[in-house]
Amino acid sequence: MGEAEDGVKPKRVVFVTVGTTCFDALVKVVDSQKVKDELLRRGYTHLLIQMGRGSYLPEKSIGDDGSLAVDYFTFSSSIAEHLRSASLVISHAGSGSIFETLRLGKPLIVVVNEDLMDNHQSELAEELAERKHLYCARPQTLHQTIASMDLESLLPYSPGDATPVAKLINRFLGFPED
Amino acid sequence: MEKNSSCCFSNLSSNLPITCFVTVIAIILVRILYVIWRTCKPLRKRTSQQPLSTLVVLGSGGHTAEMIDLLLVLQKNKFTPRFYIAAATDNMSLQKARVLENSLADSSGVKEISAEFMQIYRSREVGQSYVTSVWTTLVALAHALWLMIKIRPQVVLCNGPGTCIPLCVIAFIFKVVGIRWSSIFYVESIARVKRLSLSGLLLYKLRIADQFFVQWPQLQRKYPRAHYVGCLM
Repeated sequence: MGEAEDGVKPKRVVFVTVGTTCFDALVKVVDSQKVKDELLRRGYTHLLIQMGRGSYLPEKSIGDDGSLAVDYFTFSSSIAEHLRSASLVISHAGSGSIFETLRLGKPLIVVVNEDLMDNHQSELAEELAERKHLYCARPQTLHQTIASMDLESLLPYSPGDATPVAKLINRFLGFPED
Repeated sequence: MEKNSSCCFSNLSSNLPITCFVTVIAIILVRILYVIWRTCKPLRKRTSQQPLSTLVVLGSGGHTAEMIDLLLVLQKNKFTPRFYIAAATDNMSLQKARVLENSLADSSGVKEISAEFMQIYRSREVGQSYVTSVWTTLVALAHALWLMIKIRPQVVLCNGPGTCIPLCVIAFIFKVVGIRWSSIFYVESIARVKRLSLSGLLLYKLRIADQFFVQWPQLQRKYPRAHYVGCLM
């Protein structure tokens, strides 16, 4: 993946995912010149957007003139493959997308959807950002986050474990300990 | 004089139903208090290895993913048979549960899977008007009651969102009435760091959940009866 040939830059994909939601504000902002310029400056070559149920269509580009290559789709059954081949993931704040990305050890920027009525989702992103597992941004601050982020400083996330819950349930129900 | 006696008589005759009513209410209240006191108390040590029938309420999306993670580490021979319930509008969750059950059957070599999969009506869809939601709520409650009468679980596992509330309330009523004693376990979603979800708050405050698990230490400090268990995912 991304072998440099004849001075061609190695392929570095930014994968943007909104899950099953509608998050046009995120799609719009990653399609903005400000963010695209910043991504290019940080050495990324491709921008792939999973736009879900949103209605805003980004401008496609094959990126042959040294600009960022942009492509998008609505849904796909192979999100995991896109995550795996990405060098940077920009995601909505859903716990499913967050943990799938962290488990793959990919650098992650979570963008919180401020239009949601019950905005408890920012809690999780902010907590994990405080623990240095990811960066947390708002649509209007995304370009600053990309400009100032230091991916080396992110700490790997060690996957959780459900056995403490299972133990407590077993003990409560009076099952003998194994 | 005459006036007085007729007054006494009418007092007595109107008092009798009231007394009965008050007595019945008092008995019900005492029973509810007893059930609340008994809830949260661990069951006695099991001498036999009799498995417990288990209801698993699948929430959708991230909720279902967390529940599957929990099911993966539970000893399946203790929690048998298993009944899975998901919202009728959620077609992914039961599919995921089926995949899990099939993989269990493959790995253990057991031909017959002791699992059932059911769907439940939601009381209100997103964007539905409040007038029609009164009717749909009644239908959803009747449906939940019908499913619970059929299942009568001994263990209820749930982790939100709202789908689990009617089922948990019915399980609690079954305890009060004496139809079935069940243990209700609620795991608050990993997405809740500082505040409980509405379903979590209801089950915690009303003391319906026997054991209440949270995945962040901040929440345990705020809700001391909860058990902090670390992240499931």
